[in-house]
Amino acid sequence: MSTGNEERILEVRDLKVHFPVAKGILFKRHIGDIKAVDGISFHAHRGETVGLVGESGCGKSTTGLAILRMLPVTAGEIIFEGENIANYTKTEMRSVRRRMQMIYQDPFGSLNPRMSIATIVGEPLVVHDMAGSRAEFDERIAELLEIVGLDPAMRGRYPHEFSGGQRQRIGIARALAVNPDFIVCDEPVSALDVSIQAQVINILEELQERLGLTYLFIAHDLAVVRHISDRIVVMYLGKIVESASRLDLYHEPKHPYTKALLAAVPIPNPRAEAAREHIFLEGEVPSPLNPPSGCHFHPRCPYVTDRCRTEEPEIKQAANGHSVACHLFD
Amino acid sequence: MPAILQVKNLKTHFFTDAGVVKAVDGVSFDVQAGETLAIVGESGSGKSITALSILGLIPSPPGEIIDGEVIFDGRDLLELSDEEVREVRGNQIAMIFQEPMTSLNPVLTIGEQVAEPIEVHKNLPRDAAMARCVELLAKVQISDGENRARDYPHQFSGGMRQRVMIAMALSCSPKLIISDEPTTALDVTVQAQVLELLKELTQEQGAAQILITHDLGVVARYADHVNVMYAGRIVESGTAISIYDDPRHPYTIGLMASIPNLDDDVKEKLIPIEGQPPNLAKLPPGCPFRPRCRHAIDRCAVERPELETVADEHKKACWIDVNGQ
Ligand SMILES: Nc1ncnc2c1ncn2[C@@H]1O[C@H](COP(=O)(O)OP(=O)(O)O)[C@@H](O)[C@H]1O
Ligand SMILES: Nc1ncnc2c1ncn2[C@@H]1O[C@H](COP(=O)(O)OP(=O)(O)O)[C@@H](O)[C@H]1O
Ligand SMILES: [Mg+2]
Ligand SMILES: [Mg+2]
Repeated sequence: MSTGNEERILEVRDLKVHFPVAKGILFKRHIGDIKAVDGISFHAHRGETVGLVGESGCGKSTTGLAILRMLPVTAGEIIFEGENIANYTKTEMRSVRRRMQMIYQDPFGSLNPRMSIATIVGEPLVVHDMAGSRAEFDERIAELLEIVGLDPAMRGRYPHEFSGGQRQRIGIARALAVNPDFIVCDEPVSALDVSIQAQVINILEELQERLGLTYLFIAHDLAVVRHISDRIVVMYLGKIVESASRLDLYHEPKHPYTKALLAAVPIPNPRAEAAREHIFLEGEVPSPLNPPSGCHFHPRCPYVTDRCRTEEPEIKQAANGHSVACHLFD
Repeated sequence: MPAILQVKNLKTHFFTDAGVVKAVDGVSFDVQAGETLAIVGESGSGKSITALSILGLIPSPPGEIIDGEVIFDGRDLLELSDEEVREVRGNQIAMIFQEPMTSLNPVLTIGEQVAEPIEVHKNLPRDAAMARCVELLAKVQISDGENRARDYPHQFSGGMRQRVMIAMALSCSPKLIISDEPTTALDVTVQAQVLELLKELTQEQGAAQILITHDLGVVARYADHVNVMYAGRIVESGTAISIYDDPRHPYTIGLMASIPNLDDDVKEKLIPIEGQPPNLAKLPPGCPFRPRCRHAIDRCAVERPELETVADEHKKACWIDVNGQ
């Protein structure tokens, strides 16, 4: 929910995350870089949800992990609550880390199977010296489980005893334990059945309203992203190609990639589907190790011109916060 | 149009240590020639087991088809010998699975795998089969087929592997193609490419399709008829238009209300279906959806409702008259 709050809790400036690629067994030779994230800038207002979409391999998860400093930052600034944390040391990160948390796609893989639910949810409290007395700890665990709609009596159980939707609730409770301000949600409902997705989406929305949380919501399902987000950022091969409010992005998409992404998502209504224009994007995302010259999207773009093959478009900001990186809009 | 496939009272159960899993428990439906029938429902509802039963691919033990008929081209497939079923499977009914990597052999080239069924079923010599393979690859929009046929599956992306599966499925001009979540692992853009290709090619060949999916958007875009499955049974069936315009089963209505639509401008709260899908080994008496149903009455706890007609070509299995609007 947008609060109308203009305070920027997060500002990312020209962020780059490159992974060096080496070849050879004895003598490793640096043969290039995977430019997973290559100079992106965006921000999030306090209390809002910024959606991040794009095909797989576009750099969405890398962006989320880099903001949380769980991956080395190659260049750029990450200004979180007024501090540029991009180059913070481990010690400097300690006080920041509590305020930024993560919810993962695979609630099973990210929960230690040998730990009880109470231990899993309470672990961040211990790490951040917030556990308090035994009684305080127990009370907090009960409170957290209740917040996400789980019976506190389940605290002694283990992850395998829970369904996918319940495990995702456990992941959310764990992220909430240390009262964060900002949460990166990386495909939090992608692995869940449709009937369960709505349960988890609603919990995330309720918590945001109640606790004033800010989300960076990463997903490949545009319908889900559009539902939950106030603003949406579209990435392609490590770059932002367009960003706009949830209304503008759907009604006035500018970048040919955004248009193609939207067109690819089927609408659950046969009449609406029959009336829609179906555009099909050709090919697949190329390797970020050798991205195409000029505009990275040009080999798949139906509107490609010579200029697109050589000159990379810059991202242009419009007054209403709708920005696009495409030569068509120069 | 005559039905090309008739499934009658199909029951496939798994006899496990935890009890009898009634994965498919009395399913009946027809597929008309040339149409696309979608089967939707959440995971564990029996969609794949329905498909595998039709194809004679149920692992036994623990699985067993304990009742029913699968009439294809005038013959009950459940009465055929293994060899006869294999002949039907390769030649007249083709199957496309979710994860092509598990259906492709990693140590054989794409060309060898596409050409093999052509050699066997059409009795063609190797080089003629290979030429046909390159033709088929071109049909599924894989260019440079001559060279790509020499590649191994791991050298293909997920979307390209699914195209190869389509090429294999089409190689023998089947009358029916069953695709089980063919694009669930793919990006939406690639999903759109693959499903469109599948639609064009099945239409071109005049084949019918059973499309298994959990995605109500995909159903809306591609299906003519829809079967909604829950706990091993069809709970609602009808034309795509009737199912979306006028859903009658509380589960179908619940599914529609629980998903966000891309074209929703106003952020309305999603209405989830509370609770979890049931354990098929411990089904309670009565309607299996009752514990999650907001309309349930006493009768639902004791008697399981059968499919009954509510309108032309529209059926539901529910004791109460619920209206989705
Ligand atoms: N640790 C890593 N080392 C090398 N390459 C990586 C690493 N993590 C991600 N990549 C590559 O970076 C690109 C972006 O990946 P990712 O951020 O996971 O994309 P997305 O989340 O959008 O699917 C991909 O090409 C991926 O293979
Ligand atoms: N080999 C098996 N042994 C025991 N139970 C099985 C087996 N295969 C499938 N099942 C059960 O059958 C039910 C239906 O499965 P399936 O048809 O695969 O569901 P869907 O495709 O709708 O997700 C599930 O409850 C599943 O656990
Ligand atoms: Mg990712
Ligand atoms: Mg299945």
